[in-house]
Amino acid sequence: MSKEAQVKQMTDIMAKFVGYTAKVLPDDVAAKLKELAEKENVPIAKLLYETYAKNQKLAKELNRPSCQDTGVLQYFVKCGTNFPLIGELEGLLKEATVQATFATPLRHNSVETFDEYNTGKNVGKGTPTVFWEIVPDSDTCEIDTYMAGGGCTLPGHAMVLMPGEGYEGVTKFVLERMYTYGPNACPPFLVGVGVATSVETAAVLSKKALMRPLGSHNPNPRAAEMEKLLEEGINKIGLGPQGMTGSASVLGVHIENTARHPSAIGVAVNIGCWNHRRGHIIFDKDLHYTITSHKGAEL
Amino acid sequence: MANKVVLHTPIKSEDIENLKIGDIVYLTGKITTCRDVAHRRLIEEGRKLPVDLEGGAIFHAGPIVRPIEGQENAYEMVSIGPTTSMRMEKFEKDFIPQTGVKLIVGKGGMGQDTMDACQKYKTIFCVFPAGCAVVSAVHFKKIIDAQWKDLGMPETLWTSEVEELGPLIVAVDTKGGNLFEENKKTYKKRAEEVYEEIIPNVRFIK
Repeated sequence: MSKEAQVKQMTDIMAKFVGYTAKVLPDDVAAKLKELAEKENVPIAKLLYETYAKNQKLAKELNRPSCQDTGVLQYFVKCGTNFPLIGELEGLLKEATVQATFATPLRHNSVETFDEYNTGKNVGKGTPTVFWEIVPDSDTCEIDTYMAGGGCTLPGHAMVLMPGEGYEGVTKFVLERMYTYGPNACPPFLVGVGVATSVETAAVLSKKALMRPLGSHNPNPRAAEMEKLLEEGINKIGLGPQGMTGSASVLGVHIENTARHPSAIGVAVNIGCWNHRRGHIIFDKDLHYTITSHKGAEL
Repeated sequence: MANKVVLHTPIKSEDIENLKIGDIVYLTGKITTCRDVAHRRLIEEGRKLPVDLEGGAIFHAGPIVRPIEGQENAYEMVSIGPTTSMRMEKFEKDFIPQTGVKLIVGKGGMGQDTMDACQKYKTIFCVFPAGCAVVSAVHFKKIIDAQWKDLGMPETLWTSEVEELGPLIVAVDTKGGNLFEENKKTYKKRAEEVYEEIIPNVRFIK
């Protein structure tokens, strides 16, 4: 196959996959929502969970995006150095976004800053955003797709704590965001926390944390313990669906971390709403693909 | 539901003044999407809103619409759901008396200023379950008007005919009730308790 044909093939697959993720939740999120709905006993929360389930069913049947805010597309790429389209990847993801925008259809969510106009194509300067990880001696390419909606983007926050504030300060930082911004961010949501040195390193980690499958844990035992403590703790706040009270607040809490400068603890929090439209797809060098997030998905 | 409360536009004060927070209502009639920039244009830029909202309803929403093939300037509502209403908090206290709007549909809470205006001018704020854009869209029968299209798809003022749009959960009533402000106090208190429970377990720096 010519390079051109390969690019077209991967673009088409990605456009279809992105469109699909706008309409169907990943398996882990769907299962978690079902579990939370079954455990719920607050009447208003039960009604809301029923509405969520009805919405997901209708979205699939009527073939429409389940939420009108289909976000600014973000792609987290883990690409082998020998993957044949490594150089074309960023361009083709942009093209796939345009294609998906008209075919799905997706909302036009790219407003050029300063010039302040909507491009009408869902792409603009720096959007969609592509985050890169290069894998030596590999010829495959893994892509997490994510639709970052406005509602759950709004609570995003990063700051640098003094070491004297410790992980107690990290806890406080996360909890404060939950009761101030949480009710508006479409709970039960997934909480991503980044712990690193500075705002940008912590912030990227906090978003990467949202790409992890539900039920996964940080490999560091202390970080994993903190995930559990925060999950139980935030659930006790009882935001419930839509922040209108209920037995739970979150789908989970994921922490991602790196080493830090001795003088600083960078911390960031990011939220993924209940309608967590994440997708995960892996391509081999011949562009055969495997979708791991949505079992049985047909593009 | 035994007593399904359906509001019809134009809405009168007496239709809504006995509703209280937590009540569930539905809307039949007209509703216009109206969010950040439209509010700003009216309140801060002093431009006249090109839609008559007297007794009307607005939806804090930026929908996905699709042109209807073969028809000029005709659109179909694909997915529509509420956006974070708190972003409109700085404008709503002036927007309500200037437009005469009676029903505001959105998501999450609104603050003290909106609460005061709702009480003074007899307007209610309701939540439609966010993220449920197809449940909502199927109640949109027809898009009948589109104004300020220069703002792009999400910000255009789309006026539609709806039939029994809901559930709409009353979150700010005409008597000074505000569901989210009351809940927020509880959430804050619980979060403070949770903090005290967690911190002995995360003293990793020793």
